[in-house]
Order: sequence, then structure tokens, then C-alpha cells
Amino acid sequence: MTASGFRHGVHPPEEKGLTSRLPIRRMPFPDEIILPLRQHAGKPAIPCVRVGDHVERGDPVALADGWVSVPIHASAAGTVAAIDWWPHPDGSMAQAVRIRVDRFAAQVPRPRMVPHWEGLSTDQVIGAVQDAGVVGLGGAAFPTHVKLAPPKDHAVHTLIINGAECEPYLTSDHRTMAEYPDRVLFGIRVMMHCLGVTRCVVGVERNKPDAIAALERARPADLDISILPLTVKYPQGAEKMLIHAVTGIEVPSGQLPVTVGVVVQNVGSVSAIAEVFETGLPLIERIVTVSGRGLRRPANLIVPVGTKLRDLIAYCGGMTDEGVEVIIGGPMMGQAQADLDAPVLKGTTGVVVLRREETRQEKVYPCIHCGRCLEACPVFLNPSLLGDFARVGRYEDMAEHHLADCMLCGSCAYVCPSNIPLAQFFQAGKAALRRAAAGAA
Amino acid sequence: MTASLVVTASPHVRSQDSTPVIMWNVVGSLAPVVAAAAWFFGVSGLLVVAAAVVGAVATEHFLGRGGTLADGSAAITGLLLGLALPPGLPLWMACLGGAFGIAFGKLVWGGLGQNVFNPALVGRAFLQAAFPVAITTWPPVGGPFWALKGDLFALPFTRPATDAVTSATPLGLLKFEGHATRLLDLVTGATGGSVGETAALAILAGGAFLAWKRYLNWRAPVSILLTVAVVSALIHLVDPHRPDAPFMLFSGGLMLGAVYMATDLVTSPITNLGRWVFGFGIGVLVVVIRIWGGLPEGVMYAILFMNALVPFINRATQPRIFGSRGAKVAA
Repeated sequence: MTASGFRHGVHPPEEKGLTSRLPIRRMPFPDEIILPLRQHAGKPAIPCVRVGDHVERGDPVALADGWVSVPIHASAAGTVAAIDWWPHPDGSMAQAVRIRVDRFAAQVPRPRMVPHWEGLSTDQVIGAVQDAGVVGLGGAAFPTHVKLAPPKDHAVHTLIINGAECEPYLTSDHRTMAEYPDRVLFGIRVMMHCLGVTRCVVGVERNKPDAIAALERARPADLDISILPLTVKYPQGAEKMLIHAVTGIEVPSGQLPVTVGVVVQNVGSVSAIAEVFETGLPLIERIVTVSGRGLRRPANLIVPVGTKLRDLIAYCGGMTDEGVEVIIGGPMMGQAQADLDAPVLKGTTGVVVLRREETRQEKVYPCIHCGRCLEACPVFLNPSLLGDFARVGRYEDMAEHHLADCMLCGSCAYVCPSNIPLAQFFQAGKAALRRAAAGAA
Repeated sequence: MTASLVVTASPHVRSQDSTPVIMWNVVGSLAPVVAAAAWFFGVSGLLVVAAAVVGAVATEHFLGRGGTLADGSAAITGLLLGLALPPGLPLWMACLGGAFGIAFGKLVWGGLGQNVFNPALVGRAFLQAAFPVAITTWPPVGGPFWALKGDLFALPFTRPATDAVTSATPLGLLKFEGHATRLLDLVTGATGGSVGETAALAILAGGAFLAWKRYLNWRAPVSILLTVAVVSALIHLVDPHRPDAPFMLFSGGLMLGAVYMATDLVTSPITNLGRWVFGFGIGVLVVVIRIWGGLPEGVMYAILFMNALVPFINRATQPRIFGSRGAKVAA
């Protein structure tokens, strides 16, 4: 086992050629911005504006609720039109701040002081990151400042930057590394200082040679930052797989990476940290790959957080006649959307539009025990057996058979020749166990 | 108003292979074996295979859940059963064997994916028990293509006419008469035996194709053949009167059993380590039955016996979970 891969996994077609060479460009501001209060892990933010208030671009509209929470800022200048229920990309209706954007505004944020980060204490840096609303931009949207302040009982020795981007179609991290390597490395510098680590490894899949080259060229001489090419395999970008590929260590089941002395951060998040100390701006926009053969003009765009999917897709030429499915995220773990009024969130890495022939068929055959799911599962579970349990509702048996270790990557369902919706079973099983635990508590 | 969107659960894409594609590729890979059967046994061989397929497919259609014929698994059962039968077997018996195999080897268990025992072998075991004479009547190889061997068209429930000319299989010759058979004859298939078992090279070719396409896991067949080779070689060393490894490998239904019966996905272990264990058990049992058992051929019972142990093998060979040093899951 070399240092650049992990065992098992699957190889879905990459489909990155649609956007991997397209430079990032900025999309125009939409007419309406929707900011759900729940768009990060931890506690949702609490609104601090009222209907009718005017906000400038970068003004806070909601405040953090405690330590594991971040504020939310207006991504465009306008008037607060409502604080009301609105479709959320996760399929539910959620409370959101709706802003009617000033159509002819210059969208210039309020002037602000940008302190030189080296003059701040570590706590002040971490506080600035939280105040800027920075969360993990790889999809999980975990508050970044919490990761910058790991518990004292674990010594962190390595910072790993996740540039794997293993989902098909997505190229936002790729373009970020290729076009803004200096910003990425500056963000790494800040992180290394906060964590007190002297070693950083940036893991990048081999299918991004221009990103690897750009990072290599921009590497500072005074820091131990190495760029490690990784095998192209899904789910290389999963935290535990990445740590194993870089360090050879298996994070113990049920534990966090910090227990093995490692902190992992997505490339986009690192770039967002850098921007906080370059421009002073909070997290109000992010790079999104809009792609798929069901879309007329794929692109890598700087998108204001809160842009409706409808507006984003329209800016990219709209869906083609064969486009039928809109997915937020990638096709392996992303969420299909039923309502295009749902907005882009801080954690939205991409929007993929599939044609009918590319979507999953409906017919499901019985499990024939071919064993491909066992060969695909990166955490070495037995998805076939777990699926049998799920079908009859034996959720406690699933828990006994390590359902908690399943990261819902979907590799098992991807390879299943019988088209069994294994990942969906496991998601339902986890939800049932959570409900049971909450009910018993 | 936008047109309605398709909403699926993740993952929203799938790899190309599907269960029907796998099954029908297995059927296709048997084409060389069926062609070899036609070469050696003429139209009789093809009729026996066809009768078994008809029995299997009809039973699945009328007694099954409906709509399952398209996945190809009933066709495979019928084909494999037919290939394991003597070329002159009365067609009604072949048909009944196919029906029994599907009904009691698959449907009563709950259909595809639920059965423990290989349905083709269940059918054959039934025929062995119900018609012991007919199923051990081996017409000679060769002769004109259109010559009808055995008593194919015997009426149901009447005693079949015994053919004046029969031959024994190589294994039968060895066990009951002490004669050896030329290795070249065994490999090319110019011996008596069941419809499909003789053409070892055709079977291996089909198996290689399936292994290349990843529709067949190579571990079980390799394990069986290796075990048979090693065990019989050791026994031959100790007692030279016992058959040597090449004879054991190429005689009887071992090739057909190893490549097509023991690789049946549903009834073999789901873990790779389990497949090695499965193959080892079958190999040992085949040699033991052939040398010391009452029957000249042991592949069918060896596989059926190990089928019964598959749930235990699966439980014992579960992989270690990522991030748990040494702790295994109890399956």
C-alpha cells in the first residue's frame, strides 16, 4: 500500500472534462437572495435583522448561536423582504432570510479594517474566522473555527488539505488550486499557525496535474508544505480515506481525525480563511461548478451564497431538453432537487444536471450475493447483509454490524448489479436509529 | 412552470453491469460447451439440454412470482442441469429434473437470491435418487449427428428401453473395472460422460471469458482445482494405483462443477476468503468421494454439501472494519 491511495472504492466516470479547463468567472447578482438559517453543522444562526431593514453586501443578517455555530451575512445589498419558510436543498422547508437585491446597487461592501493577522493572538484569529462565518466548503459545512481550536488533550502534528475532489463533474477545488494557489497557501500558513503544526500535506488527485504544478510553484520555502498526488478513485476525498492515503493511519472507528493527530480541511475552506485576512470580507460567495450534459453552458462560477438554483441554471443557459435531474453536490452523494427555488448554500460545491439516460433506473432485482459491494466499500462493511437487515427493519442489527461506520459514500449502491438502493437503506437506518435514540433520551 | 424534475436517492448514477446482463453473459459463455456437446453427442445432447431448459423455464414462469424469466437465471439452471445429464436420458426425466430444480431448489426458498443450494444440482440430485439406472446409462461418444442415443422419447413413467450399446464413464471405468483412460481423450472430451462435462477446454474457455468480464469470481474454481490437484497428487504418491492429478482434474464433472456450479453467485460465499475455503472443501470432498465413496463421481454432492456450509463460511470470514484493529464483525 503506497502513500497515495486506499483499498477498495469505485471508479465512476470522471466527467470533469466539461468544466476542468474553464476559468472561474463571476456571475451577476440575482434579484433575490435566500439565506436559510440552517446551512452549517451545529446550531442554526439567529436572525439579527427585521423585515424592511436595508443591508449592505457583507452585513450580518444572523448571529452565531454558541460555539458550534457561525453567523450568516448578506451576499448582496438589498432589503430584507421576509424571514419565513422557504424550500431548503435538503428537501425540507426551513426558516430563511429573504433579501430583495437592489438591482442597480454597486454591491460594494462597507469599508472595514483588515487587521494584519500576524499581529493577532491565536484566539483573535479564530474569533475572526468565526465572525466571518467560515465553514467547511467541501460539503459538510462544519464551522471552521472549531477545527482551528482542537481539544487540548490531543496533539496535532499534521494538517492535511483536501484537494482530492473525487466526485464526478465537480471542478471547483481544481480551478481554485490552479488559479489561486497563492491564496490557498496563505490560508494554509494561517491554519498552521493557529494549530501550531509544522507539517502540512496537500492531497490532490492525479487527474489535476495543472493544480499540482501551480501549488508546487507557489509553495513557500519557509514552511513544510508538500503536495501529494493521489490515485484517482472514489471516495478518495472522504476524510478517513484521505488520512489513510497520506499517513497510512486508519482513524479508529467512531473517532475524529484529531485523535490520530491530524486535522483535515477542504481547499475551498482554506481559501476562504485567506480571504478573511486579505479583504476582511465574510463568507458571502463561493466557487460552484455548474455542470452536466443536461445543462446548456457548464461553468465554474463565483456564486453569491443564497442564489436560487433557478437563477444559477438560467445564467448557464438553462437545462437542455433532455435534462431531467438537478443535483446539488456530485452525482454520488449529492441531493436531487424537487424545487428550483432552493438556494445555493455555503456548502454547495456544485450543481449537476443529468439527462434521463444518465439517471438511475427504477427496476430492482434481488441480491444475488455477487459480493461487489463488499469489494467496493472503503470501510470494509458488508453492505449486502446490512441491506437485508434494512429491508425488514432490523435497525439494531444494522447498528451491531457497524452501520455507524458507513459514511453514505454510495460506492456499494453504485456497483450493485441488482440496482438495490443500499445507500438509501443505510440513510433510513441511521435516521431510524437517531429517532429511537432521541425518543429514548 | 418548469417541467417536473426527476428526484432519485443518492447515488444518482450506477455502473453499467446489471444482474440480467451477468446472467445472460453466463448463458452466452456456455455456447462453446453446447457446441462441443453437439459435436460429441449429436442431436441427443442438444435435446436433453433443451428439455431441461424447458422444464426449468416453464416452472419458473407458472409457479414463480412472475416476470422473472427476463433475468436469465432459470435459463442458466436449465442449461447447467442439461449439461450434467447423460445424452440419452429420456426427455421427460430431463424436463422433470429442471422443474424440480427450480421448484425446490429456488422457488420454495423465495426465488432468486434466497436459495442455499444450487438449483441445477438439486435437480440432478433428485434425478439421481429417482432414476438411478437411467441417469447412469452412458451412451458412447461419436456417431452421426442425427442418431438418437438412449431412449430419449420414452413415455413418462414407462421404463426406458436399455440401449444395446452403452459405455462407462472414465470414472466408472476406474472405480468398477479398474481401467484407466488416456489423458488426451479426457482433455478433448472424446469419452463417455454427461452432455457437457467432457469438453474441459470449452468449459475453461467459457470460464476465462466470464472471469475477464468479472462476472465470475475466479477464487472458487482455482481453489477447487488446486485442491483436487494437490490432494490427488499426494494420494497418488502414497499409492500409485490411485489416479493421478491430471486424471482427477479432467475426468467427470469436475470442470463443469468448478467453473459453473461452484461459481453460482447466490449459493457461494460472498467474501473472497470464504470462496477459497469453499473451494478447498469441495476439492477435498470430490477426491474423497471418488476414491472411497460408493459413487464414481462426487462433484455434485461435494458442492451441495459445501452449499449448506456457506452461511457459516460467510459468518466466519467477515472482513475487519476500517479503523478497528483486529476486531471482526459477527455476521
